Amino acid sequence: MSNLFNIDIVNPEQSFLSKDNVFEVVIPAVEGEIGILKDHIPIISFLKPGIIKVFSETEEQSFYVEDGIVEFKDNTLSVLTSSIFDLKDADKNFVSESISSAEAELSKDNIDDQKRFLLNHKVEVLKSISIN
Amino acid sequence: MPSLDDLRKRITSVKSTQKITKAMKMVAAAKLRKAQENAEKGRPYSEKMNNVILNLSKSITDKENAPKLLVGTGEEKVHLCIVLTADRGLCGGFNTNIIKKSKSYFEKIISENKTLKIITVGSKGYDQLKRQYKSYIVENISFKESKNINYFDADKVGKIIIEKFEKNEFDVCAIFYNKFKNVITQIPQEQQIVPLNEDKDDKDETGNDNDYEFEPDEDEILSNLLPKNISTQIFKAMLENSASEQGSRMTAMDNATRNAGELVDRLTIEYNRSRQAAITKELIEIISGAESL
Repeated sequence: MSNLFNIDIVNPEQSFLSKDNVFEVVIPAVEGEIGILKDHIPIISFLKPGIIKVFSETEEQSFYVEDGIVEFKDNTLSVLTSSIFDLKDADKNFVSESISSAEAELSKDNIDDQKRFLLNHKVEVLKSISIN
Repeated sequence: MPSLDDLRKRITSVKSTQKITKAMKMVAAAKLRKAQENAEKGRPYSEKMNNVILNLSKSITDKENAPKLLVGTGEEKVHLCIVLTADRGLCGGFNTNIIKKSKSYFEKIISENKTLKIITVGSKGYDQLKRQYKSYIVENISFKESKNINYFDADKVGKIIIEKFEKNEFDVCAIFYNKFKNVITQIPQEQQIVPLNEDKDDKDETGNDNDYEFEPDEDEILSNLLPKNISTQIFKAMLENSASEQGSRMTAMDNATRNAGELVDRLTIEYNRSRQAAITKELIEIISGAESL
């Protein structure tokens, strides 16, 4: 029996990625990373800044996402996000710009803890991208 | 009776107008294809978003404490209307149709003694509404600078709405836009986005037995999701609108070109007739002049 399922990543503007031969996806959910295999229980969650890893039969892909919603149902994983890019074509300038804008935001006083946490996390992830 | 010279001038001017309308039609046709593509590409996102929200709202048991964006404030006193129009004219009844639709809604609100607030997106809507409803317009947004419709712009509008909602500035929010059916038909739409209307066509009853696992809990996801949904709905409306605008312009310009062609034909016949009449008159004059000799 095959252990493959479908993944759809969609932007508001277009469908970003659609595959039907993945066997594992790791998503950065708000409360920690979740690894999803076939026949996972239906789940809805949303994302924090991080890396989505898609393992398919033929290749392994990584994407950076900033936020979004994931839904897993009937062996289809839908990821709705407004900001995503493939790590392979990460734009160095864009990454460093995002880091500095996030850091600027962090230095403001009026942000709450949750936002601070998310921003810190975002900076961390972005930095790890720029090193690679 | 216009002179030959006048006729000739009119024919040339109509012909050059025809050239312009023809060019505009072609441009609109090219843009339409792109806009349509974009609208189609954007559809999965809003559909999936809707699905998720539908599933979520089904699983919410505690209706009283549900996020207000979903169930409303419990009152219906202040209505906020977002009127989405184009930034340019010359597109047939496109803008007028939206305005007409929204005006009838405004009248209903006013006659019920409720408070009305209007946000116009796109300068044409503002131009048409400011005469009659100036005092109700709270904001006037235009994206003239951005070439393509992008989510970023929609998000801006969404954020304004959320901000106003959090300040308790309105209870009900509706958006007006043109839904793209085909090139000839665009249907003006009125869609309520706050509180979220449980959809009329609840087709996927089958999905009911799906027990979702939520992480974190439903409320938190919903309160995170609903603002996004508003932006998404606005984005969808903007995409539909832009396709409709181009379609409408294309049809309008096509008609204009055809009308100009008819006008040219008519004027040419008139021109030829009066030219012939002038020749005949001259001939008669010459002949009768010769006869009298």
